Amino acid sequence: MTALRAALAELIGMFIDDGQLALTLVALIAIVTLLVKIAGIGGLAGGILLLAGAIGLLVESVYRDARRKKATD
Amino acid sequence: MTGITTITSTVTASFLASFVEVVEAFTIILAVGLARGWRPALTGTVLALLLLGALILLLGPLLGLIPLHLLQFGIGVLLILFGMRWLRKAILRAAGFIGLHDEEKAFAVEKDLLARQAADRRADFLAGTAAFKAVLLEGVEVVFIVIAVGAGRGLLGYASLGAVAACLLVLAIGFLVHRPLSRVPENMLKFVVGVMLSSFGVFWTGEGLGADWPGGDAALIAIAVLFLAVSLLTVRLLRGTQPGRIEAASR
Repeated sequence: MTALRAALAELIGMFIDDGQLALTLVALIAIVTLLVKIAGIGGLAGGILLLAGAIGLLVESVYRDARRKKATD
Repeated sequence: MTGITTITSTVTASFLASFVEVVEAFTIILAVGLARGWRPALTGTVLALLLLGALILLLGPLLGLIPLHLLQFGIGVLLILFGMRWLRKAILRAAGFIGLHDEEKAFAVEKDLLARQAADRRADFLAGTAAFKAVLLEGVEVVFIVIAVGAGRGLLGYASLGAVAACLLVLAIGFLVHRPLSRVPENMLKFVVGVMLSSFGVFWTGEGLGADWPGGDAALIAIAVLFLAVSLLTVRLLRGTQPGRIEAASR
């Protein structure tokens, strides 16, 4: 059971390192999907929005971690 | 029709990502082999490879049952999460905020652990388990990468080719040098792989949502260039506030 839990944790860890980044990325994808499927903004607009959002969230996550590491030094 | 851009990107991403994973698994196998002998090292490795093979045989045919747009979307989402995790860490490493990965250190840590377990009557079993776990965990990542970069365009064969080439290259170099591959620019590779996987993720998810990317498959290159440019700029800006050199990390 412990081994199974460890394997599951490793599997989840493949995709989630910074929980906040993972959560906001999933939220971004969900919002873009809704905008494309319901608001009808078009697939390409959705793709560009996704690209811009993903890059923004990446930079925010890196800066947040860097600030935290500096604060603990 | 699948263009040369997609095929090249698929093989390159699969090769580089698999290379990094196999180097990490090789370090542990080598540590087990040199500390406890090659029997537990190879037993653990072969058992893990058999389990991975079974996993592929079991899950592989299921991929064909999923509609392409749904497959691209699902894989794209997972790739965004997976790739951005790599890229985020690579940026922080390059900027000096977290330690660089060091295979020599990982090798020393594993050998030290095995030496401390030498008196245990289960020492060979524990050593074999270490090799099994390393191959299984890194192998699962390789399998995911192959599926993720290959399945969206039906290029699993090309993606597998990249992964197999990486395995063979690491084994060949490892066989020749008989020590951890610490001179491999692993952190730089992880940076490039992070950029490529994140780009594939955005590209597939966009296609899954019905995006008709301008330039077709060439848009993948444009997305990668944008990710790379922003990542390098972030590293440069962060380096100005760098707290100092961070000690190398073993994991």
